[in-house]
Amino acid sequence: MPFTSWRFATFFLLLSPCVWLVYGFFSNNLGANPVETLTHQTGKWAFICLLLSLAITPARQLTGVKKLMLLRRMVGLYAFFYATLHFLVYWVFDQSLSVAYLWEDISDRPYITLGFLGWLFLLPLAITSTQNWRKRLGKRWLTLHKLAYAVGLLALFHYIWLIRADYREVVPYALALCALLGYRLFRWLKTPQRAA
Amino acid sequence: ADRLSGATKTVSHNEKLTRFEDVSGYNNFYELGTDKGDPAANAEALRTDPWSISVEGECQNPGKLTFEDLIAGQTMEERIYKLRCVEAWSMIIPWSGFPLASLLKKFQPTSDAKYVSFETLYDKSRPLPGQRRNVIDWPYREGLRMDEAMHPLTFVAVGLYGKPIPNQNGAPLRLVVPWKYGFKSIKSIVKIKFTRDQPQTSWNMLAPQEYGFYSNVNPEVDHPRWSQKRERRIGELFRVRTEMLNGYAPEVAELYKGMDLQKYF
Repeated sequence: MPFTSWRFATFFLLLSPCVWLVYGFFSNNLGANPVETLTHQTGKWAFICLLLSLAITPARQLTGVKKLMLLRRMVGLYAFFYATLHFLVYWVFDQSLSVAYLWEDISDRPYITLGFLGWLFLLPLAITSTQNWRKRLGKRWLTLHKLAYAVGLLALFHYIWLIRADYREVVPYALALCALLGYRLFRWLKTPQRAA
Repeated sequence: ADRLSGATKTVSHNEKLTRFEDVSGYNNFYELGTDKGDPAANAEALRTDPWSISVEGECQNPGKLTFEDLIAGQTMEERIYKLRCVEAWSMIIPWSGFPLASLLKKFQPTSDAKYVSFETLYDKSRPLPGQRRNVIDWPYREGLRMDEAMHPLTFVAVGLYGKPIPNQNGAPLRLVVPWKYGFKSIKSIVKIKFTRDQPQTSWNMLAPQEYGFYSNVNPEVDHPRWSQKRERRIGELFRVRTEMLNGYAPEVAELYKGMDLQKYF
């Protein structure tokens, strides 16, 4: 299969949760509390896309399939897309699109603060995701895009912090993030020129 | 069931009722699983026949009763109450049952009974699906101060929408304390105990800084992690304001006269 069809498939695969949610919303199929379903699902898919985008570099290094890198920007932008939907659903339905309510919640509630920070950190990454910006920033582009690691941690704690009692559901996310960040730490520690 | 459908309507509410599918499909009943849909999915795991309730502690008539003994002689009422969950959602629910006071009086609590505690079913040898993990230190425990328990609004529900209460809603009998957060309204009760001291309650044991013994609905006291100022009525998209004591302040505010509700949350 030519690689363009892989990009095509990835595009529609990652779009499908959104299509499913929009359809479910308008056909009254999101359960007793549809806004909660929208919030949880968009948050979940933002996190999944972020983890996938962080998995692409290790996957390339481990498999040697260079073309995987062609998917990274799209997957990263999907993380931003779902994070933005997540934020909008919360702002519109939970905070009635009020800036005052929103600000109060962001400043009063640590898990909201973390989540909002995470979305804010994704913003420059989405903006500078174009070839143009990438050229313009040169080496600094790579440094800037390491923000994605911080977003992963912010997302994880944002999630953990709102759980009432049952932490089981967060475990796979935590393990995946630990593995992805741990891999990078391991590579960094093994780099010989670090000492110089 | 005939007694339930013939129940006198005694308390009504000026809002539209929450759909039966939502009341019985969106539940917090950790014994049957922690997801909102788990209790309905696992409802059959809860066996309610036979059912017995043990009555203990500071009273003159302790003992073990069957569910039938317990409801014998009670006049069924239908009451429409607003249930406000600590997670900031709420429902308008038609319950059938009787005041807790008319039940507790039969056991003749003594003057040493300052509190009454309740426990939910927990059979170690046959745990319910959600009880195989120690999300909560089973059994689930709740309690009320004696004057709260005897208040005319405090209700024992055995029916929902004129039918026997579904398992996922706390069959065969549960408490409904409409001015407190939903978790105070303990489900599937197997034990009632009158005590001198304030009893331990499950959510307070799990996170004392987040869930107090009283847990009265109070828009002025936020949960440490989220706001309690507004709530989402199940069936609606946007939030509405949360009322002091869930709108029951005219009836129950006197119970807390002179108490600092920021401290006794």
